[in-house]
Amino acid sequence: MGRPGFVHEVDRSTPPVLFWRGENFSLEKLPAGRSRVIYPPEPLPALKDIDGAIRHALLNPHDRDPLPALLFPGMKLTIAFDDVSLPLPKMRRPDIRQRVIEAVLDLAAAAGVDDVHLIAALGLHRRMHEYELRHALGDRIYDAFHPRGMLYQHDAEDPDNLSIIGTTDHGEVLEINKRAADSDLVVYVNINSVSMDGGWKSITTGLASYKCLSHHHTGETLQNTKSLMGDRKHSALHTSIWRLGKVLEDHGPKLFQIETTLNTDMFPDPYGFINKREWEWTARDRATFLGVSKGLALMPVKARRKMFFNIESPHQMTSVQAGETEAVHKITLEHVYRQQLVTVEGQTDILTLGIPYVCPYNPDGVMNPILVMCMGLGYLFNMYRNKPLVREGGVIIMTHPTYRDFNPVHHPSYIDFFEQVLPDTTDPVVMGQKWEKQFAEDEWYRHLYRTGNAYHGVHPFYAWYWGAHGQQHAGKVIIVGGDPATVRRLGFTPASTMDDAFEIASDVVGRTPTVTHLHVPSLLVADVQ
Amino acid sequence: MSRLVFSRKPARFAAARLAGSLMPGRGASVGPLSLEPDETLPLPTREWVRLNPRLAGICGSDLALVDGSAAAYFDPLVSYPFTPGHEVVADVEGTDRRVVVVPVLSCITRGITPVCHACEHGAIHLCERVAFGHLEPGLQTGFCADTGGGWSREMIAHPSQLVDVPDDMDDEAAVLIEPTACAVHAAQRYTGKETVIIGAGTLGLLTLAAITATRDRDRTGPVIVTARYAEQKRLAKELGADIVCATDELPRWVRSATSSLVFGDQLTCGAPHVIDCVGSSDSLQQALQVVAPGGEVQVVGMPGNVSLELTSLWHRETAIRGCYAYTRPDFDTAIDLVRRFDLGRMVSATYSLKDYTDAIAHAAQAGRRGAVKIAFDMRDTRSN
Repeated sequence: MGRPGFVHEVDRSTPPVLFWRGENFSLEKLPAGRSRVIYPPEPLPALKDIDGAIRHALLNPHDRDPLPALLFPGMKLTIAFDDVSLPLPKMRRPDIRQRVIEAVLDLAAAAGVDDVHLIAALGLHRRMHEYELRHALGDRIYDAFHPRGMLYQHDAEDPDNLSIIGTTDHGEVLEINKRAADSDLVVYVNINSVSMDGGWKSITTGLASYKCLSHHHTGETLQNTKSLMGDRKHSALHTSIWRLGKVLEDHGPKLFQIETTLNTDMFPDPYGFINKREWEWTARDRATFLGVSKGLALMPVKARRKMFFNIESPHQMTSVQAGETEAVHKITLEHVYRQQLVTVEGQTDILTLGIPYVCPYNPDGVMNPILVMCMGLGYLFNMYRNKPLVREGGVIIMTHPTYRDFNPVHHPSYIDFFEQVLPDTTDPVVMGQKWEKQFAEDEWYRHLYRTGNAYHGVHPFYAWYWGAHGQQHAGKVIIVGGDPATVRRLGFTPASTMDDAFEIASDVVGRTPTVTHLHVPSLLVADVQ
Repeated sequence: MSRLVFSRKPARFAAARLAGSLMPGRGASVGPLSLEPDETLPLPTREWVRLNPRLAGICGSDLALVDGSAAAYFDPLVSYPFTPGHEVVADVEGTDRRVVVVPVLSCITRGITPVCHACEHGAIHLCERVAFGHLEPGLQTGFCADTGGGWSREMIAHPSQLVDVPDDMDDEAAVLIEPTACAVHAAQRYTGKETVIIGAGTLGLLTLAAITATRDRDRTGPVIVTARYAEQKRLAKELGADIVCATDELPRWVRSATSSLVFGDQLTCGAPHVIDCVGSSDSLQQALQVVAPGGEVQVVGMPGNVSLELTSLWHRETAIRGCYAYTRPDFDTAIDLVRRFDLGRMVSATYSLKDYTDAIAHAAQAGRRGAVKIAFDMRDTRSN
């Protein structure tokens, strides 16, 4: 059993703390006597018999009949699964999705079900490459289903393959994948890396149309999502999604939700030092850090990206549960919090965040400037329950090179968003009103999303909206080590060093601010009291 | 020493070409341009007048000449030695007239009768006798051995070349009238649809002003301008551009503005009218990349020897059309434009003739140094 999460009060003997800086790291000294570092709980032990646990979950679901009882010959069975945005880094083969789906397929075969479709629940994310599908599902599934057109990816812009299920009492239209809507049973296979995911969000975003998503993926909604990872009642996003979930439950196909949780054993050797607390680094860890960071500094950025994206994480399954969506999700959240929750006393004036090379929207791609904002203010800032780690009006300091670099295949509309929208406004509400429609309905972006490997044209807006609450909450955002012009384009303040950043922050929080550093990785949710 | 003279000196020309390729504007210090003593030019006929230049601008074609990058095409159209300078505001000697010069040397200035077909119809810029008549060859005043040019204290002109400067207009504004007339001429092909102006140097900005003067922003397609430097971007916005972007951003802006798709680097739609105010291989190639099928690329900036992939021109039936100089009435419109947009503010710095190497270096790096138009100032070196 790993040790629980830990809040380390920084004193003079505290060694410098590890910060991600995109495709490299730095060690930063935090002010003694007024800084703290939040470390996640150590990885929970993996389930001993993963395949046995999966089978047990399918045969003993919560508030649903066992899966075999829901299967019958001649039925339409649709298995939807989370896309390449999860987990990060990609896990060693076999991926959980493969293990779960193989178990479901075994039961389906035993029941004589032969009309089975597998759908990657992309939402508005980019289509997965073949090698990514093979990694997630295994070659056996891919080779059996893909050539026959029974393994494919959701298309949120295909009018012939979308179906309206109903409308909420708030006027939100639930429009989802037609095959799923017309199925006798939809099995959704989740990887619940964070508490935000899963539940009704799975189908109502992963298999939804742009029209459906546009109800709640807005600047206003995300500004009013005060607890993305915590209490759903304080999340306008989840409140809307749960309303759509009610429509899905009442008028949609029969559902069988499968949710899985992972431990936080994210980086294998030689990157093991990333997971550790710095004062526990051995001489070998220190030497490895030095070698890795110096070596990375000498490598071209493309080579560094390739190296990091080749990492296969050793993280393993800690739970699997199946059945009725809400009943399953409740248990899932308990498992997620068991792995990720750290109790923290009060807020501080400054929150520091090391931004890594990857976020859910750039696997095998470039962490472009908009995604830096999204990762910092959208994801890491929101890793709290109750209230943010930084006080309202405080300062968020991030470390990242924030280069003006984009993957034109994955993020074509992000480039235009950076060049056209951000010089005009960084206000999520204003950009939503003024610019979103043009991007969302752009025929070229639609073509690239549907036929290539591009995120939907509207996606940079969604990435930006994700940081709306953090943007509104912070008095100032500083990026250390970023390209100054690019950082300014984001509406943030560039700083060369962490000391400079603290100096710049003093205008807002005074000369002796309190500081919290969220240790990344691993994933943690700060339960701020 | 009060006039700059460009002589036919092949070795110096080669040196200028080399220096100019290393550092734009550096051809002035090693090339065939030199400061010479005054010379009284003979008047070709009695009606010609002597002018005392007050200000004379440095234009892109002058810089190409000084840096040795002008095309060989011009060789038979110039006569050596000559004094450059065709953007001129001057006093007419012996009178109190202050004028700008229409530098085109058309049939009437050359004493050719009957005048050619183009001149007969007022299209003096298309004169069919440009290298003939009683003047030595000369594309314009400023390229002709007989007329002198504005980079001096004295030159000569035919009365048909003179346009009076309004009394309330200062010299800085007046020296912009000639390049503004070029812009007025270019803007006559404005369609009201999506329009791209490549380059926000003097010509690009003035063309933008000329277009802005004729359009109703609510009812016309966007005007997209590429600009490299901050001051150029600021001025472009101020002069009415809807979108100002960096050069590498242009295809994406045009794509968005015209709901275009893309194949390779080529937009499927594009802007019907692209005005290239740079005239380089890169700018022209980009113009072809963003122009709509059946559209027109108008070349306003003087091109030299360029290399272009023209398959798209063939495939998409686009046209590349030159745009040279102006007609006499364009000057009247230009005077209004200069006044309306306060274009005199674009004269960023003036130099005396003796500081010509600094002046030309400044003009060659105008954008980078936050400047637009650089001019020679002869007002404080008058002998009278």
